[in-house]
Amino acid sequence: MATSMVKIESVRKRFGPVEVLKGVSLDVPAGAVVCVVGPSGSGKSTLLRCVNRLETIDAGRVWVDGALMGFTEKGGRLHLLRPDELCRQRQEIGMVFQRFHLFPHMTALENVMEGPCTVRRVPKAAAASKARELLDRVGLADRAGAYPRQLSGGQQQRVAIARSLAMNPKLMLFDEPTSALDPELVQEVLQVMRDLAASGMTMIVVTHEMGFAREAGDHLVFIDDGVIVEEGPPREVLSRPRHERTRAFLGQVL
Amino acid sequence: MTELPIEAVKPSRPGRLAAAALAALAMAWLAYTVIVNPNLHWDVIAAFLLDGRIIGGLWVTIALTVLSMVIGVGLGMVAAVMQLSDSPVLRGAAGLYTWFFRGTPLLVQLIFWFNIGLVFPEIGIGVPFGGPMFLQWPANELITPFTAALLGLTINEGAYMAEIVRAGIRSVDPGQREAAESLGMTHRQILRRVVLPQAMRVIIPPTGNQFISMLKTTSMVSVISGAELLTVSQRIYLDNFEVIALLVVASAWYLLFTSVATVGQRFLEKRFSRGH
Repeated sequence: MATSMVKIESVRKRFGPVEVLKGVSLDVPAGAVVCVVGPSGSGKSTLLRCVNRLETIDAGRVWVDGALMGFTEKGGRLHLLRPDELCRQRQEIGMVFQRFHLFPHMTALENVMEGPCTVRRVPKAAAASKARELLDRVGLADRAGAYPRQLSGGQQQRVAIARSLAMNPKLMLFDEPTSALDPELVQEVLQVMRDLAASGMTMIVVTHEMGFAREAGDHLVFIDDGVIVEEGPPREVLSRPRHERTRAFLGQVL
Repeated sequence: MTELPIEAVKPSRPGRLAAAALAALAMAWLAYTVIVNPNLHWDVIAAFLLDGRIIGGLWVTIALTVLSMVIGVGLGMVAAVMQLSDSPVLRGAAGLYTWFFRGTPLLVQLIFWFNIGLVFPEIGIGVPFGGPMFLQWPANELITPFTAALLGLTINEGAYMAEIVRAGIRSVDPGQREAAESLGMTHRQILRRVVLPQAMRVIIPPTGNQFISMLKTTSMVSVISGAELLTVSQRIYLDNFEVIALLVVASAWYLLFTSVATVGQRFLEKRFSRGH
């Protein structure tokens, strides 16, 4: 576990007058599950989106699997990557969104096939059988032909996870994957994520599910007001928070 | 369990009944005056409905409608994508295009294209800004009523379609683009596979309206003698003075075409609302 899958160094991000990330550094070892918690507006989703460059950063560096995200360094200067080079970097990073964002004009199966077929030019038949395998893995083998709006929120989110996994990512980003779900649907999604964690996937999970963080997480990060206030093993941080802000936040959510 | 069927008596609606009777009466009277009117020359209408010249004009109308719509939609998509681009030059060029062609009357544009030879007597392919020409033709040979009509209708349609396509693209949830980006899709792939198919749901209904309206708008080409349905009808009635009869013939065909197009539009709308 010595090599880091993600290395975030002194990242700053500003939206207009508001600085959302004020110098955040984080190391995610390969195979680790890092949970990021914090009040809304603390910058935790923004941090996640900076990892696959859905957001550009104003300062700092992000490396994924040793490669600098978004830039190459030539002759001591940073050069912005060409769009196709950035796309290649993103292919290796799966992302799951709070509001699923499945493609509504495609069936569950077509959603899962889309990445491999369009991006990797995998033949249709091969992509379809891989997609069926993945849908089976998230427990939705029988809903392959359903359109997203015919699926419950929990089912949609599981299809979204399968869609990301279809690209064989080496890293998975989860942006509040259960926050838009009805309470009774949360567990089915968390179970899929637990299985994924157990299979050795490197995961960064922005979440409000402290139970998941405690059981499945290797590392817990508490962000508030754009800085990492406290981090450590989940059980330790959750049961013995050292900082007043962490205590106040956990007091509200636990 | 007891069945409780409902066989309720409807309340009487005297006002609606009276209005319906009045409308029926008005329609009957209108039909009567039309049918018994000796000046309408039903026999002439029947004789010219399938006249060879009329059918020829029909084909020109269809060709103009289909060609200008197809090219216009393509032009509109290009202009819309340009307008949503990050480059201010591309945005400006597309904005200027839609501003100019939506801001001037189509009738004026048609006459302008027909007379383009007055401004550019020679049209050709060569090095721009006064460089050597490889191929050139006199404008008067190149610009027939048909090509002028096609130019005018297409370029005008493209400007309107640009707005329709742009609205369609903007209607797609930005999360869709992000999800596609996170899969590693390129801009072009996202546009083609994710954004446009969803934008179609918003683009199709107004495009259908544009198509139906284009069927009728082609009649404007008669000012440059475009050989379409209205022009040939006019040529015939200038000969035999059966003005009304030939206008009825032309209207009947326009009605038929717009009705068929309306059915096609419904079908397309259903096709593109998959998953909704």
